[in-house]
Amino acid sequence: MSQLVFIAFQDNDNARYLVEAIAEDNPEAEVQHQPAMIRIQAEKRLVINRETMEEKLGREWDVQEMLIDVISIGGNVDEDDDHFILQWT
Amino acid sequence: MSIEIKTNSVEPIRQTYGHIARRFGDKPASRYQEASYDLEAKTNFHYRPLWDSKHTLNDPTRTSIRMEDWYAVTDPRQFYYGAYVGNRAKMQEAAETSFGFCEKRNLLTRLPEATQKQILRLLVPLRHVELGANMNNSKIAGDVNATTVSQMHIYTAMDRLGIGQYLSRIALMLDGSTGAALDESKCYWMDDELWQPMRKLVEDTLVVDDWFELTLVQNVLVDGLLFPLVYERMDQWLGEQDAEDVSMLTEFMRDWYKESLRWTNAMIKVVAAESDANREQLQAWIDQWEPQVYSALKPLAEASTGIEALDETRAQLSTRLKKFQLQSQGVSA
Repeated sequence: MSQLVFIAFQDNDNARYLVEAIAEDNPEAEVQHQPAMIRIQAEKRLVINRETMEEKLGREWDVQEMLIDVISIGGNVDEDDDHFILQWT
Repeated sequence: MSIEIKTNSVEPIRQTYGHIARRFGDKPASRYQEASYDLEAKTNFHYRPLWDSKHTLNDPTRTSIRMEDWYAVTDPRQFYYGAYVGNRAKMQEAAETSFGFCEKRNLLTRLPEATQKQILRLLVPLRHVELGANMNNSKIAGDVNATTVSQMHIYTAMDRLGIGQYLSRIALMLDGSTGAALDESKCYWMDDELWQPMRKLVEDTLVVDDWFELTLVQNVLVDGLLFPLVYERMDQWLGEQDAEDVSMLTEFMRDWYKESLRWTNAMIKVVAAESDANREQLQAWIDQWEPQVYSALKPLAEASTGIEALDETRAQLSTRLKKFQLQSQGVSA
C-alpha cells in the first residue's frame, strides 16, 4: 500500500499562502502545480501549523479556514486548534 | 472507435507583473505584493513640484532617515485596499451594534449629570486630537516614497477620522443630537487649562516637516502614551464612576490600537536596525518629544486616573522602545 499522504487545494490567492506555509514546514514535501489545482504530497506525514500560517498571512487564522480551499486529502487526519496533520499510522 | 481523453495544460507566459517579478521572482504573487510594491515612480521627473521646489516628486530626502530600500518597511497585516476595507467593515459593524444598543436603552443619558459632564470634558475633546492625527498621517502618506509605507499611513489617517467620529457620536448621544454637547466639549478643548498643553502639542506636530519624525511622534510616542492612558486606564476609572457603558463605545479604539501596534513596531524595528545613523536620529527625536508628550498628558491624568497611571504607561512605552535599542525616559524619578 502506498505510504504517500497528499492534500490538494484550488489554485487561488488563499491557497498560495497555505502552499507556502506547508512547503516551509514540510521541506521533504513535493508540490505539484496542476491546472487550477495545487497538490502537495509527502511520505507518511504532512503538517499545517497555525503559527506558520498566521506569520504568512499577517492575521489570526483558524485551522478550519483551509477547508474552504481543499479539494481532496489522503491520509488519516489529526486536527486540533494549532495544526492539521495528515499521516498514515 | 476508441476515444482518448487527454488533458492539455497551458502554462501562463507570466505569473505576475514585471516589477513584482523583478523583486520576488516570476511566481504567483499575493494580492498584497501586487498592490503595494514598486508602484511609485522613482525616475524621469521633469519638473519640480510648484509647492516644494527644493525636492523632486517622491523625493527620498524628505526625511533625514535613510533606507537602502524603503520597501523593506512592510505591513505585517498585509493590508491593501480590499483587505483593509473588509477588515474595517467588520470592526465597524461591531461598533455600530454597540452604539445602537446604547442609544436604544439610553445608557448614557441616564448617567448622573456630573459623570456626563466628565465624559464631555475628559473624553470627547480627544476628537480634536484625532483630527490632528488624521492630518498628520495624510501628510506622511503624501511625502513617503514607498507604497508599502504610504498605505499604512493613509489607512491610519482614515481610522483616525473614524475614531474622531465615534467620539463625536458619544457627545451627540448625550445631547440628543442637537450638537450642544459638541460645542461644550470644543470649549473645553479651546479654553480649559487641562487641554492647553495637549492642544499645543497637536498644533506643534502639524508643522513638523520631516515625515519620519512625524510618524514617530504621532504614531509611536503620542499614541503610545495616549491610547493606553485614555482607553485602558481612564476607561477603568470611568467604570468606577458607574459609567461602564462608555466602554462599549470605546471598544473600537482598544481593538484598533492593539492592531496598530503591529505595524508601528514593525516599522520602527526595520528602520532602527538599518543603520546606526538612523537609530541615533530616532533617539534624538525621542529625547526631544517624549517628555513633551508626557507633560501634555499630565493634566488629563491628574484630572482622572491619577499620575501613576500615566507613569505606568510611560514605563510600558520605554520597554517597547527598548526592544529596538532605543531609550526613553520611562518613569520620571
